[in-house]
Amino acid sequence: MGLKDKLDQLLQQGLSEVKASSDLEKINDIRVKMLGKKGPITQVLRGMRELSAEERPKIGQFANKVRDELTSAIEQRRNELEQAKINAQLEHEKIDVTLPGTAMAQGQPHVIQQIIDQLVDLFIGMGYEVATGDEVEEDRYNFEMLNLPKDHPARDMQDTFYITPETLMRTQTSPMQARMLETHDFSKGPLKMVSPGKVYRRDTDDATHSHQFHQVEGMVIGKHVTMADLKGTLEVVAQELFGDELDVRLRPSYFPFTEPSVEADITCFNCHGRGCAICKHTGWIEVLGAGMTHPNVLKMAGVDPDVYGGFAFGLGPDRFAMLRYGVEDIRDFYQNDIRFLTQFNQKG
Amino acid sequence: MKVSYQWLQEYLDLPEKPADLAERIARTSVDINDVYSPSDGLTKLVVGFVDSVKPHPDSDHLTLCQVNIGEGKLVQIVCGAPNIQANKNVIVALPGARIGNNIKIKRSKMRGELSEGMICALQEIGFSEQTAPKAYDEGIWFLPEDAKPGESVFPYLGMDDTIIDTDVTPNRGDMFSMLGNVNDIAAFYGLTPHFKMLPVKENSEQQAEQLIKVNIADQNLAPTYKMRVITDVTIKDSPLWLQIRLWNAGIRPISNVVDVTNYILLKYGQPLHSFDYAKLPDKTIGVRFAKAGEPFVTLDEDERELTSNDVVVTAGDHPVALAGTMGGLETAITDQTTSVALEAAIFDPILIRKQARRHDLHSESSSRFERGINPETVETALNEAAELIAQLGDAKVTTGIVTGSERAIKTTEVPLTVARTNHVLGTELTVDQIAGIFKRLAFEYTETDGEFLVSVPARRWDISIEADLLEEIARIYGYDNLPSTLPAQTSNIGGLNERQHFLRASRRVLEGLGLNQAISYSLTTVEQAQQFEIVRHGEPMKLDYPMSQDHVATRMSLIGGLLNDVAYNAARKQVNVNLYEQGRIFIPTDKDVRPEEQEHIAGAITGQFTNKTWHHEGQEADFYLIKGIVEQYLTNMAIKMQVTYRANSSRPEMHPGRTADILIGESVVGYVGQIHPQMAKEYKIASTYVFELNLEQLVTQPKKERHYQMISKYPTITRDIALLVDEDITNADILDVINDKGGAYLTDVTLFDVYEGAHLPAHKKSLAYTLTYQDKEGTLVEEKVNQAFDKVVQQLIKQLNVEVR
Repeated sequence: MGLKDKLDQLLQQGLSEVKASSDLEKINDIRVKMLGKKGPITQVLRGMRELSAEERPKIGQFANKVRDELTSAIEQRRNELEQAKINAQLEHEKIDVTLPGTAMAQGQPHVIQQIIDQLVDLFIGMGYEVATGDEVEEDRYNFEMLNLPKDHPARDMQDTFYITPETLMRTQTSPMQARMLETHDFSKGPLKMVSPGKVYRRDTDDATHSHQFHQVEGMVIGKHVTMADLKGTLEVVAQELFGDELDVRLRPSYFPFTEPSVEADITCFNCHGRGCAICKHTGWIEVLGAGMTHPNVLKMAGVDPDVYGGFAFGLGPDRFAMLRYGVEDIRDFYQNDIRFLTQFNQKG
Repeated sequence: MKVSYQWLQEYLDLPEKPADLAERIARTSVDINDVYSPSDGLTKLVVGFVDSVKPHPDSDHLTLCQVNIGEGKLVQIVCGAPNIQANKNVIVALPGARIGNNIKIKRSKMRGELSEGMICALQEIGFSEQTAPKAYDEGIWFLPEDAKPGESVFPYLGMDDTIIDTDVTPNRGDMFSMLGNVNDIAAFYGLTPHFKMLPVKENSEQQAEQLIKVNIADQNLAPTYKMRVITDVTIKDSPLWLQIRLWNAGIRPISNVVDVTNYILLKYGQPLHSFDYAKLPDKTIGVRFAKAGEPFVTLDEDERELTSNDVVVTAGDHPVALAGTMGGLETAITDQTTSVALEAAIFDPILIRKQARRHDLHSESSSRFERGINPETVETALNEAAELIAQLGDAKVTTGIVTGSERAIKTTEVPLTVARTNHVLGTELTVDQIAGIFKRLAFEYTETDGEFLVSVPARRWDISIEADLLEEIARIYGYDNLPSTLPAQTSNIGGLNERQHFLRASRRVLEGLGLNQAISYSLTTVEQAQQFEIVRHGEPMKLDYPMSQDHVATRMSLIGGLLNDVAYNAARKQVNVNLYEQGRIFIPTDKDVRPEEQEHIAGAITGQFTNKTWHHEGQEADFYLIKGIVEQYLTNMAIKMQVTYRANSSRPEMHPGRTADILIGESVVGYVGQIHPQMAKEYKIASTYVFELNLEQLVTQPKKERHYQMISKYPTITRDIALLVDEDITNADILDVINDKGGAYLTDVTLFDVYEGAHLPAHKKSLAYTLTYQDKEGTLVEEKVNQAFDKVVQQLIKQLNVEVR
């Protein structure tokens, strides 16, 4: 058998061994066995010196071809086997991706805080400053400077926790109207302020009454602030909170510190105005009170009502939260059941 | 006020149905509580004529009635009412009828006898106990003799009416009468009312002033006080039309005289009081303050002890009525009354309001006196009442009115310009439009070049200044018709100030760290108010007149409230709770001066902080977890000065070995730790970890400036060291030495292991640290690090007697 035939035989043998090999180790063995320094191909090439000068390059060429062919077959097979191994590994690593993820700790803002922040951000966007007042107020600011003298009947509507005859737990955020009017420098432009905070009433706690709740007060006073501006502002607020599909209705009301006074209702979102238990069959839900600031309030705070005027409004975040989420018991807001608090996820 | 649509129709040609009218009233005048018909939910109630009555053979209290229900043949109905009689028209609920409380009536057998329906009392068809006439408390109601069997009972009882229940604001006392409603409705619809008044015919020659004298010493108490005397009265039931007017307004019919006074109250808003003339102990009437402790028995048979702020009507000096609020039992109208002294007055609104509150006697009268009385109709009402009593009680009206005091009826002049109106309302109203509104309101005015002078009638005592007139214009023009704009753009820049930013950021950070925001009560018990304070302040501020014993003092710490929340959760099997609260605490200052209000922020965690899951152990609340939250929070808030934690075993509410004060510089700004097991027991909660910080101190702290520090490209070198130390040496002690002696290249020290236990000598523990060195300007050589490290080690040995392991 000539060298060429021998080489050919080795090639066929090698190719069939490579094809038959099933793991990377064996492939390596084949490589060492066939192509190594002590392998048969090297052996064959050593016998080349016995060949004629004519034949030598031909056989040499052929031998190189055999070696290359085997090398590439081995490479190819190795790649196949490596890929198969990776695939097997990946198959092995497969997990149930429907199992739950790791528990994370993330707290939520209180639902009332969310509503307050939403309102505050809305008003900031309209150029309002934010004023925060004290929760213990003087009778003078809580009542008298808001046109509620000592014997005013509207004081009966707000049963008050007094500390001394002249100090009290504020019953409303409205004292901030008087305080801001007193301190605002009108030479620098109109007063536009919003003031959120806690208020207190001498009430027995039940599903619809709480001795502590929240209000957001707003006020705009300038040289030309109109009732039409008030109407537009209240509509913006109602739509921000309840969406623009509901109608807003303004109707006359009474507050000692505004004249004219209005209350704003929205279409009942539950029955869409047809009448139901939530809206007491009126089709409307009262959402806020407002009005044009009473000249006495301006006068008492040292602001000339002939030059300046404007509007004020007050909203109840507790009530909004009850309406928006169907919370039936106002005490839920202050008992802080963890199952309650964690329901009100932020939408970002 | 429960306003009857049918009654309104007597005076106005109403263009809209009740529901639409109510909507207009709400949008223009006063709010609406409800719109309903007394017959709502009731069906198949017809007139039945009782043809005959015989006892039920098997019962001693039931009767068998043969009743004509207009169907030719009689039907048998079993009746249990004691006052059932033949030849009377009664209310019959036919089989299939719905009666009060949504009860359905069926054909049935009662003790063997067929009953084809039910004969009803008023209370069974929706009348409340308070409005159904008392005489029929125990039995069925009889319909008029001319009622037609088989017809619906509703028209006979006024139950086909619609009631518009208005919610009268304190300023609109005029809307507490039919007259006021008629005027306002006429104004917004542009109608001409045909309000009917009944003039009095004095049919007795006798002069009233010979029968009674009125002497009002203090006219401030009763600015107007008038009386008439009516003699020869026969007390009996009122006619049905009058009873219907009353019960549809929620007032119980009693007898002709009392019913007339209530009818006039509804019609004119003028409360009247009728005294039994014969029983007046003296025939000189006066009004005065009560004497402190003076006893008085009111109509409701309640004996009351009066105060010196109460106002009484007297006969001689003897009290006969709690002025404007409730009459006395002694002089009340009874079946035996033959002469009536009728009072029409205006009392001081504030005194009446306070008196009604003091005695918890809010009556139809007091609610009107509180809001004010129309001086125009005091005499009209008195006259009409006298005439009606005469007509309905076959009585004689004596001649003349006896007047003790009288406030002049005067109009109020209010100027207003068109320009000002449009300036305030944002409208473009013309002179004619504004004039038209005043005409509709029936206000007299003069106008020149857009300047109005309006004469507001006395019946609208709520209007006295320009702003009041602007409200009238706005509401009659229609709030719906006002343009809708936003305030003109100005240079105001809205936004949160630095402090407000800080508070909001504080909340966001703690939420990000896993705490849920709680809002607890600021008012608490005196005991709890003093617990958990960062700094002791002594007694808390207390309410003068608390409502409940749980809420009497203002809090001086937030932790107590959070523990109440934890306890509330624990009681509901919620054992994993992680809360924070940001809010005010109140520190008393001098008496009569408001307290200092501080913003604080506090947290409380208990149980599992993150839940154990199928592949994660979860994290249990402990000291180091709450401390980690505080540390991360303070890092985020960029406090410039160093924050240190110093063990404090003297806080009584806290675990003595697991509590640290939080200091910035040398001032304590808060603390963190585990609550004392004794406290946990008192609150009925598991181990709970808390912190509280005084935000006032944090807000004012200098903050780290936002500078960018270039990330050094030079490598770091680390050295680990494990130290065996006495157990009372703290991490802080070691860090102090390392940081002090670490040298210029030491950039970080991290504790990576703490070991106490079996493999160590007694009273020893092991702490292991990684020290990181870096030269930001160049490559650090080993030698320099070795020098620095050796120095630290030597110092640790020298100062803390450590053993390097």
